[in-house]
Amino acid sequence: MRLRALATIGVTVLLATTACSVSTKNDSGPDDTTSAPVPSGSTASAAPKIKDVVLVTHDSWSLPKKLVAQWEQQTGYHLVVRSNGDAGKLTNKLVLTQGNPDGDVSFGVDNTFATRALKANVFAPYTPASVPTGVSGYDVEGDGGQHLTPIDHSDVCVNVDTTWFAAHHLTPPTTLDDLTKPAYKNLFVTPGASTSSPGMAFLLATIAAYGDGWQSYWSKLMANGAEITDGWDQAYEVEFTQGGGKGKRPIVLSYDSDPAYTVKGGTTSTQALLDTCFTEVEYAGVLTGAKNVPGAEAFIEWLLSPQVQAALPRSMYVFPVVPGTPLPADWTRFAKQPTNPLTVSPAEIDANREKWLQQWSDVTSR
Amino acid sequence: MLSLREVSVRYDGSPALTDVSLDLPDGQVLAVLGPSGSGKSTLLRAVAGLEQSTGTIAWDDRDLTGVPTHKRGFALMFQDGQLFGHLTVAANVGYPLRLRHVPRPRRRERVAELLALVGLAGYERRLPGTLSGGERQRVALARALAVEPRLLLLDEPLSALDAGLRGRLAADLRAILVAAGTTALLVTHDQEEAYAVADRLAVVRAGRLVQEGPVAQVWQRPADPETALFLGYARVLEGAPAAAVLAAAGVGHAGPATVAVRRSALVLAEDGPLSGVVAQARATPDQVRLVVDVDGVGEMDAVAGSAAHPGPGEKVRLRADQDRLSILS
Amino acid sequence: MERRHLPLGGRLRGPVTLLALAAVPVAVLAVFFVLPVVGMVGRGFRPEGHWDVGGVLDVLARPQVHRVLWFTVWTSTAATAVTLVLGLPAAYVLHRLTVPLRRVVRAALLVPFVLPTVVVGVAFRQLFTGPLARLHVDGTPWAILAGLVFFNAAVVVRAVGAAWESLDPRPGEAAAALGASPGTVFRTVTLPALRPAIVGAGSVVFLFCATSFGVVLTLGGLRYASVETEIYLLTTNLLDLQGAAALSLLQLLVVVALLLIGARTRPMRTSTQRAPARPRRPRRGDLPQLAVTVLLLAFVALPLATLLIGSLQVDGHWSLANYRALDSTGSHQALLEPATTALNLSLRIAVDATLLALTLGLLVALSVTRRARTRGERRLRGILDALFMLPLGVSAVTLGFGFLVTLDRPPLDLRDSPWLVPIAQALVALPLVVRTLVPALLGIDDRQRQAAASLGAGPWRAVLVVDVPVLWRPLLASAGFAFAASLGEFGATSFLARDENATLPVVIYRLLGHPGAMNYGMALAASCVLAATTAVVMLVVERLRVPSLGVL
Repeated sequence: MRLRALATIGVTVLLATTACSVSTKNDSGPDDTTSAPVPSGSTASAAPKIKDVVLVTHDSWSLPKKLVAQWEQQTGYHLVVRSNGDAGKLTNKLVLTQGNPDGDVSFGVDNTFATRALKANVFAPYTPASVPTGVSGYDVEGDGGQHLTPIDHSDVCVNVDTTWFAAHHLTPPTTLDDLTKPAYKNLFVTPGASTSSPGMAFLLATIAAYGDGWQSYWSKLMANGAEITDGWDQAYEVEFTQGGGKGKRPIVLSYDSDPAYTVKGGTTSTQALLDTCFTEVEYAGVLTGAKNVPGAEAFIEWLLSPQVQAALPRSMYVFPVVPGTPLPADWTRFAKQPTNPLTVSPAEIDANREKWLQQWSDVTSR
Repeated sequence: MLSLREVSVRYDGSPALTDVSLDLPDGQVLAVLGPSGSGKSTLLRAVAGLEQSTGTIAWDDRDLTGVPTHKRGFALMFQDGQLFGHLTVAANVGYPLRLRHVPRPRRRERVAELLALVGLAGYERRLPGTLSGGERQRVALARALAVEPRLLLLDEPLSALDAGLRGRLAADLRAILVAAGTTALLVTHDQEEAYAVADRLAVVRAGRLVQEGPVAQVWQRPADPETALFLGYARVLEGAPAAAVLAAAGVGHAGPATVAVRRSALVLAEDGPLSGVVAQARATPDQVRLVVDVDGVGEMDAVAGSAAHPGPGEKVRLRADQDRLSILS
Repeated sequence: MERRHLPLGGRLRGPVTLLALAAVPVAVLAVFFVLPVVGMVGRGFRPEGHWDVGGVLDVLARPQVHRVLWFTVWTSTAATAVTLVLGLPAAYVLHRLTVPLRRVVRAALLVPFVLPTVVVGVAFRQLFTGPLARLHVDGTPWAILAGLVFFNAAVVVRAVGAAWESLDPRPGEAAAALGASPGTVFRTVTLPALRPAIVGAGSVVFLFCATSFGVVLTLGGLRYASVETEIYLLTTNLLDLQGAAALSLLQLLVVVALLLIGARTRPMRTSTQRAPARPRRPRRGDLPQLAVTVLLLAFVALPLATLLIGSLQVDGHWSLANYRALDSTGSHQALLEPATTALNLSLRIAVDATLLALTLGLLVALSVTRRARTRGERRLRGILDALFMLPLGVSAVTLGFGFLVTLDRPPLDLRDSPWLVPIAQALVALPLVVRTLVPALLGIDDRQRQAAASLGAGPWRAVLVVDVPVLWRPLLASAGFAFAASLGEFGATSFLARDENATLPVVIYRLLGHPGAMNYGMALAASCVLAATTAVVMLVVERLRVPSLGVL
């Protein structure tokens, strides 16, 4: 009967589609080989090892697969990456899940959000056994490297399209003040402070530079036709003249490493304005309540190893914290670093963030 | 006067109506009678301008081709579902008056008049959803008459009502139409309705007009056997049975005849010319209905007065009433 | 056989069957929606461990909140109005007239609805800074309005068009015969009859506009904030859970208000009627409507065309390189897995989500359309009906974070489950499924079931014989909707996406966030692939020709 035939077909289709179902995958999520979590500090002899190390990070995380495979072979661990959102979202996620975290180790909390995470007790105390000299200069103020280990740093700076300025016979700007000059009207684009961490970094740079007068600086900036986008990608890719979308604005807020990526025919077409930079440092730490503490610790140590530090520029566009690490050729030639970046202390940031963002919103919205 | 000449309608290539021609003088009511699917609704819709048709539809000799529905001045009434559910009865009836910018006091008067005419005085504030079927049809009639239309088109207006209500409303409808002097075209599959309301009758079958004329004429002289059966004649007889019945009725006729016989044509009579045996007998409020196997004719329907009680198997004698016969050819 | 316990059993049987049918969907909703939302909002009411309701209410007094609320209300209202004005003529043309290719057009109109907002934002920005720069719309609220109309036009066209298709033509014909011109007939007869559908579509569009996140963010240029973007900011950046909770409450209030309005004007019973009038050929008088429809189509096609053109260009030359690159992980290792893997995963998750949404939706629809014998049962039905519309009105941030925060301990330690994303997507698609199935079920004359019962069919057999034949088409159609909605779902998924396994919209978002011209081109190419897949699915749904789709 037709009904029966239809039913048979329907059931067959159903079975076929369940074979496509996600649940037939077998590699998402860690599978513990032991039932009890290993408490930190216990002697290794007693409890068997948990294989999976779960890394909770933001979505700019990237390391070469070969490198990760090497580490996994050496240590016997298996790295599971959970990447989602930016540094702010990451931090807040960690704060919300404090005590029962989503993973074992976290990478990506930066100096603007570190205080919040530390106050909420997100990280367990851990310092790698052998921290290379020079790294501790990047430690979070007040923490002294006890919970968070610096891994990389970069600077958020204003970048300009030198070829555009050459073609229009204009001198490119060099300082923050220049951006408010009429010569550069309607040429600047930046991601917003409330929705993007480089945007926030820029706001902090202006607060560091102008102190209490930062709001009037921003009014002047807005009056000079500055464009605010919601994310870095919009500002760079869509609006910047050297971005993928061939936009119309030759001055963009980006990173000091970007000139190394706009290299064509031996020269770069962009330049970072080193007087406008704000330093961002990224940290890694063991999460309180992690299931695999030895694995987390091994991971952080590995992040400071020479191979990983050398791989950081190419994979995550950041500078390694270990001094003396060799940089890629383009970087040494084109990615200049500021000598005196602008800074604001993490404690100050934590105390005033909401107020500053509120005021910033008021100044920039119309 | 409405004149139709060679009007045809095609739906998706297949003909729904073919070459229909008729005339409807002013002030008369024409009933278009036909079984379901015979094309009678199509005829109505073509006259209203809701269907594309070939041929000529003319009013007072002015061709209506190309004139849109809302400019023809013909009002429409369906079997149900045409009242505006979101308006009260008064707003419904007053709708056409509002369209013609009749000032409010005059409008209210006219609405009251019309509602009184259809027997629904005082129903102004009711909503259509709260009315019974018969009441809704009355409101629809009042609305259609509100602007004294040149022609009233009724599409099976009483089909959705129960039998008793149908009879009463049919009589009322006729009275209202005559009183208002409205020309009307009524489409129906029920001959009782047609007889009760109309002056003229048109029979439609398979998209063609089979017969047309005054009601009595059409009724007394159906054009062919199928029409006769549709008009309510019980049987059509030919050859010897026909002759026998004709002879029994005392009607002379030369040559072979086709006779249409009503159910009440044969009556129980002590001294009737026909004889037969009762096969079935059933009592009804007015009379006793019989099925009699008549000698030389076959099984025929017959009637008897309520006093008589013939039972099955009884021998009876019957006479034929010539008013209830019709000679077709 | 004696039926000894009929009186009490009979009276209870109605509500009990209702609850039994609805038990599973209600449980799923409770665990995967109510719990997370209450968890997040609860955290706002209890900062630092003790209740602080006053604090939450104080938030509502902030001027920023008023500004944000006003902006949300006026943009949503304006967008709804424009969508209705453009959508009504289009609904007429695409459902009442026999224009060529109308099925293709109807399918194409649905593509924007299921595209990830990220992609649309990019396309519109390219449009407003490129070919349409002369309009100076970039960064103004008009850009946001344009984006909102782009997304929601399909809702109005489909919902109102479906109602128009099944409208009884007789009152209109009677009015015309009484002397009403076509315009007057439309104004006095058609429009009042369409009012429930228009109000229903309008309220759904308002809801989508009020909770729209990606459009406001990418097109408003940060100058404008809506309730949704504020919640996002407060939760993910400022961790001001009190503020987020207050705003979430506001959102819920808006949803509930809309649902009440919708319930008042939606007719509970669809009347049985004669076969509706067939669509007719366009006439000269239809020119204005045709013009508006063409305008709407051009407006919808432009951003899509921009995407397509952008994806076919590399360094200013035409090339298919972007599409070929979808097999890689992008330049500078932007992705952890190639985009084709993500497409694969998206399709598989969509299958799961669709099956879930269909099962739950069917159960809900069946329970909501059982004949209610008592007033209490009817009210229960109404509440159930409204309950499943709630996921449409809650912020994705709240839901996503809520999952993390509440589903992390046994017995509900589901954070690591691969079913989390499909379930979240199914919850978002559920209202669409229910709204498609309910009108179809309501249209079945209960007398058919009674006839089946009198012929000896038990209740389940009666369902099989009477409901299933009517249901299989709407079921397939709603499967198509759910599948397409799941493919393009970005909000909740982006919060729940874990490790290397990302869906295609999330991958597109990542590609946009990594420098490198190739990445940008790949993002556009992936968007086109997503749009094409959706369009194909929608075309198949159109082929099933489900006339009465209710409000979607």
